[in-house]
Amino acid sequence: MSDGPAVEVEKVVKHFGEVRALDGVDLVAERGRVLGLLGPNGAGKTTLVRVLTTLIKPDAGCARVLGLDVVHEGARVREEIGLAGQYAAVDENLTGMENLTMVGRLYGSDRRAAKERSRELLERFDLVDAAGRPTKTYSGGMRRRLDLAAALVAKPPVLFLDEPTTGLDPRSRLSLWAVIEDLVSEGTSVLLTTQYLDEADRLAHNIAVIDHGRLIAEGTPEQLKDRLGGEHLDVTLEQPEDTERAVAALAPMSAARPAVDGHVIQVVVRERRGSIVDAVTRLSQAGIAVEDLALRRPSLDDVFLELTGRPAEPPADEATPVDDRAEQEEQAA
Amino acid sequence: MRRLATDTLIIAERNLIRLPRAPELFIGFTLQPIMFVLLFNYVFGGAISTPGYSYIDFLIPGIIVQNIAFGGFATALGLNEDVRKGLIDRFRSLPMSRAAVLGGRTLADVATNTLSLTVLLVTGIIIGFTFNTSFGEAVAGIGLLLLFGYSFSWFLAFIGLLSKSSESVNSIGFIVVFPLTFVSSAFVPVASMPEGLSDFAEVNPFTVVVDAIRHLWLGAPAGNSVWGSVAWSFAIIAVFAPLAVARYRRAAVSA
Repeated sequence: MSDGPAVEVEKVVKHFGEVRALDGVDLVAERGRVLGLLGPNGAGKTTLVRVLTTLIKPDAGCARVLGLDVVHEGARVREEIGLAGQYAAVDENLTGMENLTMVGRLYGSDRRAAKERSRELLERFDLVDAAGRPTKTYSGGMRRRLDLAAALVAKPPVLFLDEPTTGLDPRSRLSLWAVIEDLVSEGTSVLLTTQYLDEADRLAHNIAVIDHGRLIAEGTPEQLKDRLGGEHLDVTLEQPEDTERAVAALAPMSAARPAVDGHVIQVVVRERRGSIVDAVTRLSQAGIAVEDLALRRPSLDDVFLELTGRPAEPPADEATPVDDRAEQEEQAA
Repeated sequence: MRRLATDTLIIAERNLIRLPRAPELFIGFTLQPIMFVLLFNYVFGGAISTPGYSYIDFLIPGIIVQNIAFGGFATALGLNEDVRKGLIDRFRSLPMSRAAVLGGRTLADVATNTLSLTVLLVTGIIIGFTFNTSFGEAVAGIGLLLLFGYSFSWFLAFIGLLSKSSESVNSIGFIVVFPLTFVSSAFVPVASMPEGLSDFAEVNPFTVVVDAIRHLWLGAPAGNSVWGSVAWSFAIIAVFAPLAVARYRRAAVSA
């Protein structure tokens, strides 16, 4: 196998009827790293994962996993990948052990080897006690863990995780994150879609933001934050009527005009160092009383809002299917 | 090809080990057929005239054919659920044979059909059914039933993959399969039906298969029914197996 990237996507297009779910996406995921795929609902994240896992064929363009073409070498691609999705695809009537053993045998192991490997995974995912129970008795978090375990049965070098923690409680999310970090430290390449920016910030080495089926930004989380121009200084005034004068006083500190959001004036400052003192001096010279000052790095939420013009999805209580419009089109087509 | 065979067996095993754990399915394959035999025989039996045969002898081939047709609903409902729950996505992302998920499902139906066929035959024999033919012919009848059931499972596999919900799978069952099995020689002699309906019943594949079983078990006149049943079975497989596999290749979660 070549030393190329884990995943390469070149100008991939996919239509579902009138909907252009992927509109010429280019993307590279390096080996041994996590690429976080961000985007609003319907941006095409799930569709891209489905193209890369050979579940659907692109209309145009080219996609390769470990150098293998997903259309022409689909069978070989499937030997190198694992997929865990937002649907927790396990058979409810089979036990955890039976589910994993079945998947192992379908990867081509004999029954004994598949059982051996299943035991290892059940241990690792803290499911030993539940191994003999049908999975319909499992909690949501346990099912997700089993689903991820099923994706790992054949120790695939490339792992696709489509919203692995959507709908999970915070504790289950943290434990799933730890597992993903372990896998990456062992050399697995991961492509992860998520609507949680904190998840991308914590796990991803690189982030690709897609919207309307196109790549609109990529880079490390830090690079993306830097694109927003450094530090944000949030100034809260004691007297709201001073706002106009305060904006005028703070304006020289920033290339852009300070934004007003309720009682808070947001200034994008060029230099972190000295900016608080600078702001206090300017405001006190103008005779304006300050209640609070805070200097912060832009969050990925700021990046997302800036790039897509929409806030990131609010954390959903339920697993919300992504790309549902596109998926329905797919079903209808 | 070896891959197809092993993967098919793995999937068939998956569908069979879940059976004892889903009591409603198990009851569907055992108690429900018994109930139908008893109801038909004791409630309608006295009112339906079947010249040349006692009603229980007439009924058993018919009700077994109907039962076998409905046996395939396990495939339709199971595949439909697998699509909706994303299990098909998992299978399709594995390096397994792409025909095995359907092959395994339909093969599991042969096992469950064997189970309900046995239950029905034993029930029938207890309440008076008797074979009037040689052992070989009786066994050939059982083989023919399983072949026809297998072919019908492919039709229902296609329906299950096509349907958006388990409700629509069930309504197809009621709207298509119920009339097909009733407007046949399964429960009453075709000659007793009004004109038009009897014309349809004559060509209905269910009539062909029921007549073939009556020939093989009771010694009724065969006509072309035995070879006709075999031909129908292969024709249904030839049409619906490729359709179902094509549908499976593009099946997508749409929930």
